[in-house]
Amino acid sequence: MSQIWKYVRVTPSGGRVRGVPARSSTTSISLPGTPDHLSSQSTLILRFVMSIMEHNGGSVVAMAGKNCVAIACDLRLGAGAQTIATNFEKIFPVTDRMYLGLAGLASDVVTLREKFRYLTNMFLIKESRPLEPSTFAHLVSSTLYERRFGPYFCEPVLAGLERTPSGSYKPYIVGTDLIGCLNFAKDFIVTGTASDKLFGVAEGLWEPDLEPEDLFETISQTLMNAVDRDAYSGWGAVVHVITPDKVITRTLKGRMD
Amino acid sequence: MNSFASRFIASSAENEIRQAKAMAEEEGLTDAMWGSDAGFGSLVTGHAFNVPAVPDPSAFLRLHTDDHADPNCKIKIQHGTTTLAFRYKGGVIVAVDSRATAGSYIASGTVKKVIEINPYLLGTMAGGAADCQYWETYLGIQCRLHELRNKERISVSAASKYLSNLVYSYKGMGLSMGTMICGWDKTGPAVFYVDSDGTRLKGDLFSVGSGSTFAYGVLDQGYSWDMSDEEAQELGRRSIYAAGHRDAFSGNTINLYHVQEDGWKFIGNYDVTKMHYEGPGPDVPGAPVGGYGYDVRTHGRFSVLPTAVPA
Repeated sequence: MSQIWKYVRVTPSGGRVRGVPARSSTTSISLPGTPDHLSSQSTLILRFVMSIMEHNGGSVVAMAGKNCVAIACDLRLGAGAQTIATNFEKIFPVTDRMYLGLAGLASDVVTLREKFRYLTNMFLIKESRPLEPSTFAHLVSSTLYERRFGPYFCEPVLAGLERTPSGSYKPYIVGTDLIGCLNFAKDFIVTGTASDKLFGVAEGLWEPDLEPEDLFETISQTLMNAVDRDAYSGWGAVVHVITPDKVITRTLKGRMD
Repeated sequence: MNSFASRFIASSAENEIRQAKAMAEEEGLTDAMWGSDAGFGSLVTGHAFNVPAVPDPSAFLRLHTDDHADPNCKIKIQHGTTTLAFRYKGGVIVAVDSRATAGSYIASGTVKKVIEINPYLLGTMAGGAADCQYWETYLGIQCRLHELRNKERISVSAASKYLSNLVYSYKGMGLSMGTMICGWDKTGPAVFYVDSDGTRLKGDLFSVGSGSTFAYGVLDQGYSWDMSDEEAQELGRRSIYAAGHRDAFSGNTINLYHVQEDGWKFIGNYDVTKMHYEGPGPDVPGAPVGGYGYDVRTHGRFSVLPTAVPA
């Protein structure tokens, strides 16, 4: 999140943060340094940006296993403290062997889901070749960076199986921040309001080379226990385990408070 | 000594204790013979509380604790809560959740938010946990002294007024409490709402905390003076469940108390998630068959947009 205030400081004059009402036509640009140097307007927007990522709540986690990957999300859609719905899935299929998880502002989750569906279809039509996770990851990255100065308030997580030249599949998980900085990991990726709690539990439970059923157990326990310590996430969960020949999707009964 | 403290310790109850202590010391009785001051020695000895050595102590405290103005401030006071109490034919029902949050972090799911002041008085806890705990325990001491002095139990009205006058004397110092003082006295069942602004309200039905609006929704539609005890307990339980389900800062478990003529009784501790999926169990008047969760009760029963039910 440390990048956010940098972005706020350099908002071009007359520019408008996406989804943020224009407060004034003049935008002061202050020098880099401590947050004390931020103009009061920037500070106001900074607070808004910080809370906008938490406004709807929700979390996503992805984990790599042996010849498989898993990705899971909670089901809460909130408006601040108020829980609006408990069936809001944040993970969407991109191809048969790749799922994209989007945690953050719900309206941008939906917008990005549609945008990536469009971009995926266009890629398949134009290129006539399979879309691999490593390709799609960079598509996600550049799509987000395109909005460098007025970002989508989403931090995506991608989990898939990458086809190797020999014809086998290798696990591929990657996450990005809200302006598209790719973060490759061999173990797990977390995002959302429970990301700090997810880090803690995943760090404790994950181990290398888990088989699909064990990976399912690990990611489920990680998500459930992390969201039980987060006020803004939970209310049920969905887990997808992607193997070379099938995807196993399970809905978990979670705490409903 | 600061002025607010001297204003406070000038009240007669403290003076009496102090005089008694002074007398005891003259007779060669020591503190040890008195037993401990139960943590309230600072009030008894008249030193009251230490305050920061700055020109405006309350502004200093606010600067470091007010997380609405500054979400990154270092000291966070527990805020999220749902508590409720209502009066009916058969007494008073007191129901609370058990969640403590610090920002979005759920710090605890096993907090006791009902404070047992004495066998006839209960206080609920919303706002600053320490403030509620300390002052309601202190209220318990004063209620006992009242009993000893007057050879009869203090009324709920008098007890709540003692508390509201007490917190009013600290107004502006950053105390944070929203509490319901519940009990049974000569007038019958009684509920008083007292908060740290100094508000004191007598009423039949109150709910306090971030989830109070959700609790009120269920409470208002289900409340009637002539409920049976089981129905009243179910209404309290169901109302806290609603808040636990909808409010991010309430939940985990429900603590239920019932105050009757012979004092309060602890009814039980109920897991909010268990209430959602399974409900309070069979043979509870007013409770739905199965869980409280409407999606649990209506699953597969919609006549439109039927969803595929996996085998």
